[in-house]
Amino acid sequence: MALNSRVPEGPIKDKWTNYKDKINLVNPANKRLIDVIIVGTGLAGGSAAATLAELGYNVKSFCFQDSPRRAHSIAAQGGINAAKNYQGDGDSTYRLFYDTVKGGDYRSREANVYRLAEVSTNIIDQCVAQGVPFARDYGGLLDNRSFGGVLVSRTFYAKGQTGQQLLLGAYSAMNRQIGRGKIKMYNRHEMLDVVIVDGKARGIIARNLVTGEIERHSAHAVVLATGGYGNAFYLSTYAMGSNVTASWKAHKRGAFFANPCFTQIHPTCIPVSGDHQSKLTLMSESLRNDGRIWVPKNMEDVLAIREGKLKPVEISEENRDYYLERRYPAFGNLVPRDVASRAAKERCDAGYGVNKTGEAVYLDFAAAIQRYGKEQAHVKGLDENDKVVVTKLGKDIIKAKYGNLFQMYEKIVDQNPYETPMMIYPAVHYTMGGIWVDYNLMTTVPGLYAIGEANFSDHGANRLGASALMQGLADGYFVLPYTIGDYLSNDIRTGKISTDSKEFEEAEKQVKATIDALVNNNGTHSVDYFHKKLGKIMWNKCGMARNEKDLKDAITEIAELRKEFWKDVKVPGGANEYNEELAKAGRVADFLELGELFAKDALQREESAGGHFRDEYQTPEGEAMRRKEFQYVSAWEYKGEPKDAVLHKEALVYENIEVKERSYK
Amino acid sequence: MKLTLKIWRQKSASDKGKLVDYKVDDVSSDMSFLEMLDVLNQDLIDKNEEPIAFDHDCREGICGMCSMFINGRAHGPDRSITVCQLHMRSFKDGDTIYIEPWRAAAFPVIKDLIVDRSAFDRIQQAGGFISVNTSGNTQDANGTLISKHAADTAMDAATCIGCGACVATCKNSSAMLFVGAKVSQYALLPQGQIEAADRVRNMVAQMDLEGFGNCTNTGACEIECPKGISLDNIARMNRELMKANLN
Ligand SMILES: Cc1cc2nc3c(=O)[nH]c(=O)nc-3n(C[C@H](O)[C@H](O)[C@H](O)COP(=O)(O)OP(=O)(O)OC[C@H]3O[C@@H](n4cnc5c(N)ncnc54)[C@H](O)[C@@H]3O)c2cc1C
Ligand code: SF4
Ligand code: FES
Repeated sequence: MALNSRVPEGPIKDKWTNYKDKINLVNPANKRLIDVIIVGTGLAGGSAAATLAELGYNVKSFCFQDSPRRAHSIAAQGGINAAKNYQGDGDSTYRLFYDTVKGGDYRSREANVYRLAEVSTNIIDQCVAQGVPFARDYGGLLDNRSFGGVLVSRTFYAKGQTGQQLLLGAYSAMNRQIGRGKIKMYNRHEMLDVVIVDGKARGIIARNLVTGEIERHSAHAVVLATGGYGNAFYLSTYAMGSNVTASWKAHKRGAFFANPCFTQIHPTCIPVSGDHQSKLTLMSESLRNDGRIWVPKNMEDVLAIREGKLKPVEISEENRDYYLERRYPAFGNLVPRDVASRAAKERCDAGYGVNKTGEAVYLDFAAAIQRYGKEQAHVKGLDENDKVVVTKLGKDIIKAKYGNLFQMYEKIVDQNPYETPMMIYPAVHYTMGGIWVDYNLMTTVPGLYAIGEANFSDHGANRLGASALMQGLADGYFVLPYTIGDYLSNDIRTGKISTDSKEFEEAEKQVKATIDALVNNNGTHSVDYFHKKLGKIMWNKCGMARNEKDLKDAITEIAELRKEFWKDVKVPGGANEYNEELAKAGRVADFLELGELFAKDALQREESAGGHFRDEYQTPEGEAMRRKEFQYVSAWEYKGEPKDAVLHKEALVYENIEVKERSYK
Repeated sequence: MKLTLKIWRQKSASDKGKLVDYKVDDVSSDMSFLEMLDVLNQDLIDKNEEPIAFDHDCREGICGMCSMFINGRAHGPDRSITVCQLHMRSFKDGDTIYIEPWRAAAFPVIKDLIVDRSAFDRIQQAGGFISVNTSGNTQDANGTLISKHAADTAMDAATCIGCGACVATCKNSSAMLFVGAKVSQYALLPQGQIEAADRVRNMVAQMDLEGFGNCTNTGACEIECPKGISLDNIARMNRELMKANLN
């Protein structure tokens, strides 16, 4: 099967407009005859559900939490990008497009990214109209901050809870439609398979997590908005329930999986504290606006710190290595995430890590406190050389900007970041890879769509900060509602899709068989035992730096672990009741398959690009070495075992941006 | 440290339920409270017993999923945090800890520590929104100026995570803090004015229908709210309701 990205003809800035002018529409009366299933209620799924319902389609929405408002998007902290150019610092649609393609290390699809940049401004208008309380300045206008990898201030934010506020906006729009009866909401439901009838996605099999009942749901189209798969690493910044099951089941039913190895490891997370650790906490990238990252220059100091004999604040300026400022003077602490993460790993591998495990670097606000303090003292006519006054004023400013993050840090680590630098280390945070989609956001299965983090399209090999929220809402509010209409216009006479077909029967049987196998296995090890083991393999062999040998080992080890899992996993409780272990077991089973494909993809991609760094392909200075031969999307077709997946390539063509060395020096 | 846990076990909504004793050894002070329960659950699984069911997802205090009464307090002993943010350093060796679900008529128990909070969703569906279509044809975001003060106060109200601690804490099981927070967010913004009267009336009506109790100004909700939602929001809601009923 040849991949067709269905990118419209014409100059890039007219593609989307021309496309919208030419698509088939469904008239309002006919929309009432059409059902759409949307799995997921995060920014992508929530916004899509609200918009499709408002257009008149009958929407059925699903999430595994007890309310749509609790989707993982709620946890996003820092902000959302939009090319509004409110700051007048030279931003534009083109510049946002340029930054995103470059930030993605030239591995994303040009036309999709341009469209994303184009609709970004609508998102802010929309959210403000919905009552999202973005931060404002004293004049009453919207405020902005800047994020890594760019030179303009285009990030809109609501304190450190931007994801929460945007999601509650989408949730409120959903609520309006639920209240009107246009969305039927299925909370505490988990999708376990997609049903394909005559080559088209026509429904799903879901499990009611409270009763254990297996349900059939039909529709004219199915949309997956089920988020990313970073929990394959066990420890990550994802919510505990985030999973790959929906995407993986779709993959097994024919949807190609694109670039699984493109995973983002975020530079600023709270380091691991012990074996009991269940998840990692992100410290927003916005902190790098004011925090300076460093490790001690001298090994004696490192050792003294680890033994508790020396405090970081006691190390003088000249004995500190601000390694990002040293290596990347142009962007300094604001280099993109992949670059910052690798640089931290480089220092820690060299032995300069500052905590007991040797896997932590400092993020220091002392300089920012002094800088802001002096500024404030000057403004207020106070003594700029009075250290006490200046420090107090400076802390107030830092508190106003990052108070909740500082508090979160202190709760977890039990140290006060106003007084001593934070300790941070990279952690798995986001997956750029995902289900392959065309320009219409349709997968290789007709009628099956993937939006938000679940698809692969916009971020290439590395995602810039504040662009996932943008993509989720762009897909759901402004892109999918057009593209899906074009497809559904052929379905106005189809009538209700029956759930009595043999296809539903077969899918349901398979789901039940898997569940029975799990609950009756009576093995010796819990689900977490296997999940943790998988996580270790992924982190050690498919993590921040990868090489041929490790990846080959990972493929074998994951396959073995999967075998052991099915032989030896223990799932207590029954199938027909609330059973969290059972739900977890199903998710881990799928991670155990995805993990193998992940490693295979990383092995096949013999280059370094963005978050994918191969030891074999680096420049003499240790920077990522991209290779022209790999300027394509790897879309994998399922063939029985993950390792037998067949590769399809979508060539990436850049006509509107020059493919350059990605330098942040 | 070693701890004794007294945990509410209840098979299903119809089951009666009771407190059951468990011992955990080897708890480190760096663990979060939920990680301590994870350890206990692994232990139970190893012993072929059923693990304790509890709600959780983000484990960083923002999704509002976790919900436990610990030693008689919603989200446990510390202030301004959720259970998932509570760390074992707040306890000491030898402690006995009582762990129970939210208790309120409007939040029936599903299993063990898990309750059904869908009543909160239905209150939001009754009016917790601004009726603007998501077509993207709205005015420019900077077209209406909003004072920083109003935006910040609206933001403070909007940070409610819908956890239900306020209800669980209140002796009347009142949901006024939760509803007041949403009503306030919109009442403070120009965008929310047009539907203000209907919104507050509909949300309050649904709140009553769901069986939440009345507010008698004891203020416990504000103290236990992990997000510091202020009682001012209840006062504002009452003013909004009065205004709505006058017109
Ligand atoms: C801590 C943190 C901070 C972040 N900060 C930012 C930021 O500042 N800016 C930014 O742009 N991005 C940020 N991100 C990334 C961003 O939050 C996510 O990429 C984005 O929210 C994903 O949205 P989504 O709608 O695609 O999926 P999600 O929000 O993950 O939603 C997935 C939905 O699918 C449902 N679901 C999943 N599987 C199933 C199934 N099998 N059956 C039924 N339902 C299912 C879930 O219930 C949920 O409703 C951050 C991420 C993290 C972890
Ligand atoms: S008001 Fe506070 S306690 Fe009540 S639901 Fe909201 S966050 Fe929870
Ligand atoms: S688990 Fe999300 S708030 Fe506690």
